[in-house]
Amino acid sequence: MYGYYLDLAWRSLRRTPILTGLMVLAIALGIGASMTTLTVLHVLSGDPLPGRSDTLYYPQIDPRDSQGFVPGKTEPMEQVTWIDGMNLLQAKRADRQALMTGGSVAIQQDNSTLDPFFEDARYTTADFFPMFGVPFRFGHGWDAAADEAHARVAVISSPLNDKVFGGADSTGQTVRLAGAAFRVVGVIGDWNPNPHFYDLNRKNYAEDEGVYVPLSASQDVGMDHEGSTDCWGNGGGGRTPDHNAPCVWLQFWTQLDSPAKAAAYRQFLVHYSEQQKALGRFQRSPNVRLRNVMQWLDYNHVVPDDVRLQTGLAFGFLLVCLVNTVGLMLAKFMRRSAELGVRRALGASRRALFAQLLMESGVVGLIGGVGGLLLALAGLWLVRMQPASYASLAHLDPAMLLTTLLLALGASVLAGLLPAWRACQVTPALQLKSN
Amino acid sequence: MTIHPLLAALRRHKAGVVLIALQIALTLAIVCNAIFIIGSRIERIHRPTGLDESNLFMVAQSWVGAPTGDDQATTDKLDSLLQADLATLRNLPDVQSATPISSLPLANSTWSGGVSTKPDEKNEPAQVIYYFGGKDLLKTLGVKLAAGRDFTDAEIGNRAFRAPNKTAITIVSQAMADKLFPNHDALGKTIYFDGSSTPTTIIGIVERLQASSVDSWANDFAWNTALVPTRLDGNFSRYAVRAKPGRLRSAMDAAVPALYKANPMRVFYMDGKGVRAFDEMRASAYRADRGMAILMGVICLILLAVTGAGIVGLTSFWVGQRHKQIGVRRALGARKRDILRYFQTENLLIAGGGALAGIVLAIGLNLWLMKRFEMDRIPVAYVLFGVAVVLALGQLAVFAPARRAANVPPVVATRSV
Repeated sequence: MYGYYLDLAWRSLRRTPILTGLMVLAIALGIGASMTTLTVLHVLSGDPLPGRSDTLYYPQIDPRDSQGFVPGKTEPMEQVTWIDGMNLLQAKRADRQALMTGGSVAIQQDNSTLDPFFEDARYTTADFFPMFGVPFRFGHGWDAAADEAHARVAVISSPLNDKVFGGADSTGQTVRLAGAAFRVVGVIGDWNPNPHFYDLNRKNYAEDEGVYVPLSASQDVGMDHEGSTDCWGNGGGGRTPDHNAPCVWLQFWTQLDSPAKAAAYRQFLVHYSEQQKALGRFQRSPNVRLRNVMQWLDYNHVVPDDVRLQTGLAFGFLLVCLVNTVGLMLAKFMRRSAELGVRRALGASRRALFAQLLMESGVVGLIGGVGGLLLALAGLWLVRMQPASYASLAHLDPAMLLTTLLLALGASVLAGLLPAWRACQVTPALQLKSN
Repeated sequence: MTIHPLLAALRRHKAGVVLIALQIALTLAIVCNAIFIIGSRIERIHRPTGLDESNLFMVAQSWVGAPTGDDQATTDKLDSLLQADLATLRNLPDVQSATPISSLPLANSTWSGGVSTKPDEKNEPAQVIYYFGGKDLLKTLGVKLAAGRDFTDAEIGNRAFRAPNKTAITIVSQAMADKLFPNHDALGKTIYFDGSSTPTTIIGIVERLQASSVDSWANDFAWNTALVPTRLDGNFSRYAVRAKPGRLRSAMDAAVPALYKANPMRVFYMDGKGVRAFDEMRASAYRADRGMAILMGVICLILLAVTGAGIVGLTSFWVGQRHKQIGVRRALGARKRDILRYFQTENLLIAGGGALAGIVLAIGLNLWLMKRFEMDRIPVAYVLFGVAVVLALGQLAVFAPARRAANVPPVVATRSV
């Protein structure tokens, strides 16, 4: 029976190629536009570390002076000072913790044909690698002892390894970073969390840090800090503040394996703030936050407003396309009143007619969906041509592919409901008589 | 023509009428908000920075193995490196002037701070974007003095990058001056930067000088800027360079090799190129806005086309359905023009109804966008323009089917009853 309906639908659509073409085009355009923007939104608001992000927390404390503080309203600072970072790190109250900041270092290899160049770098303590589950192609990260010893060791990314060492196992080799010699201990495999959640002061997406060195060693060498530096009081300024200056410029991340531990850690942050206030370092009453990765991304409005706006616009566009399709389908179905009247007179039930007409709108939806998919692929290709930092990430994954087809099919069947229902109301006698 | 029979006919096609009106309403709501967004983005892209932007470029580099400038000796060493680079740049044949500078408008690297009219104020009433520069600062940037005077060479100082800002004089933008002194008497007044107790005198006011960031966080103080006559000594440096008129490219091409030749122990920023013309900085600062405007424009056009096609489709159907009635009317003496006018008026009624609903939707959408995103209230002109566009679109779309209707011969009335 459904095969027969399919055949009928196909014949009917071929009879009015322009109208059918218009409907298919409208659905394809609407689906294409909404899937392109939805895919970009989906990629940008994704979980950077699936499976791990629930247990990773970003503690925030508030070391500023009391001016301008509204208890309960003022958000604490978004980074930590050197002193607080070191205190929290050494307290070791979390399952894992790392203090880090970003910068860029000049790489100038001896006896190399490579011109010196800058590479984005991360200065961090040892737990960074196990805590974020960083995979290694060669070697491994460093341990806490290396942090203590201010060891001149470095972990590099695969692309940098390809560039400097031709892709060979470079562990044990020397890289010259900011004029100092560092021993490579590890080469990172395919790892590029998006958004770049652990430091949102640089590029939010497709940030490609090539060098990781111990925070302690980076300070000895005087590597440049890049990102945000926020000072208060007589804080001075500059990109890499003095370690005692009232400036926040480091990120502190913790791994807390259970909600109970997270609650306990939050309590610890309150105690720490009280203790610092008693010592006279802090002036505000404890003002702490403990957000996990997704909460942190949400709080920072990482997904650009423009992308949300585009998605909204595209769905508005899809809505208009659907209204348009409803209108056209109504015209198409009503025009066939006579044919439907004959079928009714020959004994077809209203339900059967309804199913037949819905089948027809389903076929339109399917063809429109495939067209929309092609348009979405073209749209994403266009997005990738854009210079935006997230452009390279815009790819359709299987989930979005399925969503596209389901959306198209669902939308067109929905669009077919009203016209099909109206067309089924025909009175067979009237239609037969007028012919 | 009387409207009454027209309305009576429309009542028999409620679903179709409502669908076209709804489509027009939605299209109007989306199109006028989109055009408003496009308009505000274009305005944003073209706002002047206050600089003389032609023939201006930026050089950015870092010295490899340079000291950090934590003490006087290393600060002096860094300052001599900076002065040597400036001498190299100023000696180039195509260069008119050059100055060290912390950042440039649209360069997206920002020094910001607070400013107050009282000393030791922790809650500064205004935020300010600093530009720290050296000799020939105003001349190189090409900013126009509205009042007061330029810095003299003797007033230019230097400090280590990390040291606090303690300048005795400054030149501020008109916007900054008016923000601090609403009575327009800022010249010669004393202000205090960053909650310090060091008094700073305003010796000049420039007409206009944009902040270095165009990001939304700086929106509130995008024109509150201050020029400080201080060379910042760090292990990296930026220079603003003004080429002789028409010699921009050759000056840019000569700058990097000349600096390399003078001192090879350096790495250039900006993907290793080291130089960037101000035009490129402007294009790159606003590329997201440009992309958004283009995308909105394309979607608007497609949307109008889809809506137009929908009107053509439904009207064609109605023409087909009323074939016989049209024939009867023609046989009873209606002219072709009357039939044409009938369908055009019908469309005007439907589109007008849709547009009325669309105005409400457009304003509602604008209010919602204002709440969710940083957006202003939509001016009435945009809505009226949108109404004109959808009404014109309706007339354009209805013309072909209406003409077909007008061409129905009166003889149809006599056939196949």
